[in-house]
Amino acid sequence: MSIESPNSSGIVNGLKGRGRLATSIKNLTKEYVLKSETVRALRGVSFDVPEGDYVAIMGPSGSGKSTLLNLLGCLDKPTSGSLFLGDDDIAQMTDDQLADIRSQRIGFVFQSYNLIQQLSVVENIQVPLYYQGKLGAAERERAIRLAERVGLKDRLDHRPSQLSGGQQQRVAIARSLVNDPLFVLADESTGNLDSVTTDEILALFDELNEEGRTIILVTHEDDVAERAKRVVRLKDGMLHTDEVISEEKRSAARDAQRAAVEELLKRQ
Amino acid sequence: MLWLRTWKLGTKSLALHPLRTGLTMLGIMIGVWAVIVLTAISQGASDQVQKQIESLGSTTIIVRSQKPTEDKLTGMGASKYGLLRSDLEQILANVPTIETAIPIREIRRQFTYRDRMVDGRLVGCTPLYADVNHLKIRPSGGRFLTDVDELKADTVCVLSAGVAERLFPFEEPLGKRVTVPEHTDKYKVVGVVEHRNPSAAIGGSLDSQDFSTDIYIPIRTLRKRIGDTIVTRRSGQFQAEIMELNQITLQANSQEQVRTSAALIEDILAPKHDALSDTAVVVPLELLEQARNMKLMFLGIGILIACISLVVGGIGIMNIMLASVTERTREIGIRRALGAKQGDITRQFLVETIVLSFAGAMLGIVVGLLSIPAYRTMIWFVRNTMEEKFNALPAAIREAEPSVVYWTIPLAVAIAVGVGLVSGLYPAIRAAKMNPIEALRHE
Ligand SMILES: Nc1ncnc2c1ncn2[C@@H]1O[C@H](COP(=O)(O)OP(=O)(O)O)[C@@H](O)[C@H]1O
Ligand SMILES: [Mg+2]
Repeated sequence: MSIESPNSSGIVNGLKGRGRLATSIKNLTKEYVLKSETVRALRGVSFDVPEGDYVAIMGPSGSGKSTLLNLLGCLDKPTSGSLFLGDDDIAQMTDDQLADIRSQRIGFVFQSYNLIQQLSVVENIQVPLYYQGKLGAAERERAIRLAERVGLKDRLDHRPSQLSGGQQQRVAIARSLVNDPLFVLADESTGNLDSVTTDEILALFDELNEEGRTIILVTHEDDVAERAKRVVRLKDGMLHTDEVISEEKRSAARDAQRAAVEELLKRQ
Repeated sequence: MLWLRTWKLGTKSLALHPLRTGLTMLGIMIGVWAVIVLTAISQGASDQVQKQIESLGSTTIIVRSQKPTEDKLTGMGASKYGLLRSDLEQILANVPTIETAIPIREIRRQFTYRDRMVDGRLVGCTPLYADVNHLKIRPSGGRFLTDVDELKADTVCVLSAGVAERLFPFEEPLGKRVTVPEHTDKYKVVGVVEHRNPSAAIGGSLDSQDFSTDIYIPIRTLRKRIGDTIVTRRSGQFQAEIMELNQITLQANSQEQVRTSAALIEDILAPKHDALSDTAVVVPLELLEQARNMKLMFLGIGILIACISLVVGGIGIMNIMLASVTERTREIGIRRALGAKQGDITRQFLVETIVLSFAGAMLGIVVGLLSIPAYRTMIWFVRNTMEEKFNALPAAIREAEPSVVYWTIPLAVAIAVGVGLVSGLYPAIRAAKMNPIEALRHE
């Protein structure tokens, strides 16, 4: 099933065809100026992500993965270089414009879920729409359908504290989809989860990507990376390798992980 | 729309922390409560003083006899002091701005009718006394003293309501004769006046007076029948006191003339009375003005106290909001990451403080307005259960009717919300200025 677009076009991004780029970065650098030193977290990274792609960003700790993802997520501005989302260069944007982009075109899934504790499942899913000024019954309806879609049909009014880690991450995924984003960004989204739950979440990502959703995730686990269509490796703030994973390898990895999980479940 | 959704968000987040919200509102609530109650009480007290002074009249000048200190009284046996009839004549002859003058002589006496007896005050006065003191004759009939009574020095009297009640609980007093045993005189009742409120002591020179046991007779009758010498027995010894008049109540022809007339009167009295200092001139208008200043001072103090508590309340809000910003750093980061602008975050925190202070103010108003009847009930309760202790309280407290000064309500709300806004602004801006990535990392 696919989620209806809240935009007037009514077309899910993936259906627009493979030709267009979800994002394109050129010579992107990011420096953090501290009192004693300047940390060069990214030293000129360039690559394109076509719509419908599924990218895993890997690399050792401190190589700039999160920095890159935060830039893609418009949470921060690059020091130099260009970063296009669709046709817009976000390097030129003001803080408020970036906030608008975040609420309208980006879905973010964090390692630590980052749900608002006081809000229910449905309310949490609605937050990005809230900042678009959309609070109607239709938006609530959409949030409920997304909650159902990620398997939380009977948890709609639960608070995050009443949910397991896996369930919370499902809420976060539903939230990331609520604005029909250009792409979903996930930073170590399965880092806190056991392998059974990880498999469930990855299956959800697979499904989303099959529907045409662009996914960019950061991980340091090979298991997770193997299920993407493409793996980008960073090292010392620079692009190290950029490889496409064959469809055979992907399904093999998926099947192997599935089997391992089933084995695990049987033993319990 | 923007503010409406922020409003919903803010109230929701406040409702999620009822204890914190309640405690924060308490400071503001107490401030507003204090404004309302303190101003109501000071208003009530000063209203009371004002009413008493006003009942004396704004053109009135009161000249009273006062007992000199013992060392100044000369002669053996009878001591003579106080206002003289010649003083009155001199005043009338020399102060053209005086319109009316009422000589008054008051003597404590017993009154009897058949087997009933009352300790009271025999008041010799002229017919104008009733007008100047706003005495009303009971509607059931009768009259006050007249010029004819005065001229003939008739033995007629007018009873105060209190005396009438006690001497004639069952009969109609009109036409009956009241006896003053000490002089074996009988006075025919020609009228009964309605109840008159006691006057509080005003300044040092005018004692509080209770009029409930007064019997009014023509002053000429009093002079003819009783004379100026009053003999009292104190610890076995007879003591005589000679006094012509206790008081002269004068009225000037206009308010503007009151002060100059009073000054003139003081000059006239000076040669004869300065040595003994046995007279005093009281101008109620001056007291009235003093009372007005007092009232302003009271109001000022009330508002000051209230402002202090509002500022304390505001600091409380700021404190809670700053704590809340820290506590909710993560939430702020999440909201920013999901599309909240800096303005959205500022607004959210501002709405919370405004709601807090406004709700606190509303509660303060409700509690404040409820305190007034509660205070009355308390006074009523004390009056009815501990009468003696109650009567020992100063008149200003016994008689004061707190009355809400309504313009202080919007003022208090404005100050409360202003304080909330100002103290919420800094935490709100601080919350919004946070870097979203760092806010997200906050534990
Ligand atoms: N806000 C920041 N201030 C200063 N240095 C930072 C900040 N964020 C990241 N860095 C530095 O930038 C480099 C890259 O960090 P990051 O992108 O978090 O790496 P990764 O996610 O790959 O582990 C690291 O050296 C890190 O210390
Ligand atoms: Mg990282």
